[in-house]
Amino acid sequence: MKLLVCISKTPDTTSKIAFTEGNTKFDENGVQWIINPYDEWYALVRAIEMKEQDPAVTIHLVTVGEADAEPIIRKALALGGDEAIRINIQSNDSFVVASQIAAIAKEGAYDLILTGKETIDYNSACIGSMLSGLLDMPFVSLANHMVLNGNTATVKREIEGGEETCEVVLPAIVSCQKGMAEQRIPNMRGIMAARTKPLKVVEPIAVQATTSIKTYDLPPAKSGVKLVAADNVEELVRLLKEEAKAF
Amino acid sequence: MVLIYIDQADQQIKKSSLEAISYGAALAKQLGVTAEGILLGTVTDDLASLGKYGLQKLHQVADASLNHFDAKVFTQVLTEAAKAANASVLVFAHNLNGKAIAPAVAVKLHAGIVTGANSLPDTSNGFTVTKTVFSGKAFAQINIDTPIKVISINQNCFGVHLQEGACALEALSIAIPAASTKVTTTHKVEGEIPLTEANLVVSGGRGLKGPENWGIIEDLAKVLGAATACSRPVSDSDWRPHHEHVGQTGVQVAPNLYIAVGISGAIQHLAGVNRSKTIVVINKDPEAPFFKAADYGIVGDAFEVLPALTAAIQKSKA
Ligand SMILES: Cc1cc2nc3c(=O)[nH]c(=O)nc-3n(C[C@H](O)[C@H](O)[C@H](O)COP(=O)(O)OP(=O)(O)OC[C@H]3O[C@@H](n4cnc5c(N)ncnc54)[C@H](O)[C@@H]3O)c2cc1C
Repeated sequence: MKLLVCISKTPDTTSKIAFTEGNTKFDENGVQWIINPYDEWYALVRAIEMKEQDPAVTIHLVTVGEADAEPIIRKALALGGDEAIRINIQSNDSFVVASQIAAIAKEGAYDLILTGKETIDYNSACIGSMLSGLLDMPFVSLANHMVLNGNTATVKREIEGGEETCEVVLPAIVSCQKGMAEQRIPNMRGIMAARTKPLKVVEPIAVQATTSIKTYDLPPAKSGVKLVAADNVEELVRLLKEEAKAF
Repeated sequence: MVLIYIDQADQQIKKSSLEAISYGAALAKQLGVTAEGILLGTVTDDLASLGKYGLQKLHQVADASLNHFDAKVFTQVLTEAAKAANASVLVFAHNLNGKAIAPAVAVKLHAGIVTGANSLPDTSNGFTVTKTVFSGKAFAQINIDTPIKVISINQNCFGVHLQEGACALEALSIAIPAASTKVTTTHKVEGEIPLTEANLVVSGGRGLKGPENWGIIEDLAKVLGAATACSRPVSDSDWRPHHEHVGQTGVQVAPNLYIAVGISGAIQHLAGVNRSKTIVVINKDPEAPFFKAADYGIVGDAFEVLPALTAAIQKSKA
């Protein structure tokens, strides 16, 4: 059983979000980089759990990014992947990123490809779906539970107001979210082992970007809170109805 | 032509799709083309009345096997439909199914895609779509540089707009590929309003002390007709189910009204809720950071304020 886990580098959740060069570039000054939480907490940890249950599972990690993505991929290896592939290109275009991963996926003939439900920086939620289009594979999105049974995965997927359980025959792609696994902290042994795990760097395939970012903006600041006394909730109801027209 | 994907569950068109129709109709008008819809499966709604949201024509693949969502099958059928209809722009709701298929359809059509759009594109010079990035902490303006374009719109960003008009119906026959997934069970929480579809949300944090105290949140939600939500530690401690967790690593919501009770307002929480039109914060600590992101606030004890607020709303509705 071969698993491919897609790993993305994102700014830490407490990072100050600012832009430079006339609001055309994300300001990386002072930003701490982390593994995208959905990739780490859910996709990767679930893959590791599967390997713990079945030693015949191998886990490959893939990231699309330049050399500055290496600390992130080493951290992912410290948590538990077997080897990693870095595709040496930085792109904000989901199609370019997905095409790179698809090329690796085709070559590696993986049984299961896992992604996080989205990245916390661009929030595009595109990669898993695009991979299914590029590879013509079944895709189960927003999964919060998954067990393998031979070459079938039983997956719980979020639907509006609930969840459904479905069976999918591998190979397949699954995007992972909360519920799938519990966050882990890498231990010293893992960190030491990660230093010598293979990290292969491959050059990107040529693909044309389909989108380009023009500018960024920050949301307008709130004009300030109107406080209402705790013993005057009727006034809050009046404001919400008449001023905010909230209900 | 603008082609709008109309998403259904349990043979009912989703509210997020009505918003997508309104958005697609406005975009079609802006581009001087027609607004048409594509519906997979069969629904109980009156389809001709979709004209009142601005839809001019509806293509329907009325095969009951499509009443179950299957990402791979839907991608293939939609791709065929978009080609047959010669669509130049496809519009999806950025809801659970839209997230699953819009990017795959874009790939199949060699189209660029922007997911999570917030407003109509600027088509004065190219095709520029504004979307939220950094989990709501910023916006990006993104050009789609391909001849065919795909947009999925954030829920509650555009609204449902009614107008005069009738919708023509056209049956579409497309070979349906074999299912790639088999749904074995479906579990829905009865009577609960889905968080992502909700106009009003009442959310509770650690300040409520324990799951046994959620009655006051539920009572308030009930009089308002609101969905309930919570902060991350609340769902991590299993006080509430995971699907209620809002924030940067949970659900991102943008309702008309978000009432936060006993939530401090950490940056990761705010990221998921700061697109709400009106934010009310109830917290006993006047220094809670959430007040800086709020429109209205009450400094007070939730256990006293909430029952009073619920009663006052009930009275105002009577
Ligand atoms: C990587 C990462 C991702 C994260 N993602 C998310 C996320 O997606 N969503 C999220 O919510 N958090 C997230 N967090 C956690 C976040 O940092 C905060 O810890 C969390 O939001 C705090 O939850 P809380 O406000 O319920 O609890 P607390 O911070 O403990 O706040 C409780 C509040 O209740 C008030 N209170 C206490 N008693 C009462 C009373 N009787 N009446 C009224 N008010 C009272 C207190 O004054 C306090 O402000 C994330 C953290 C990290 C590191």
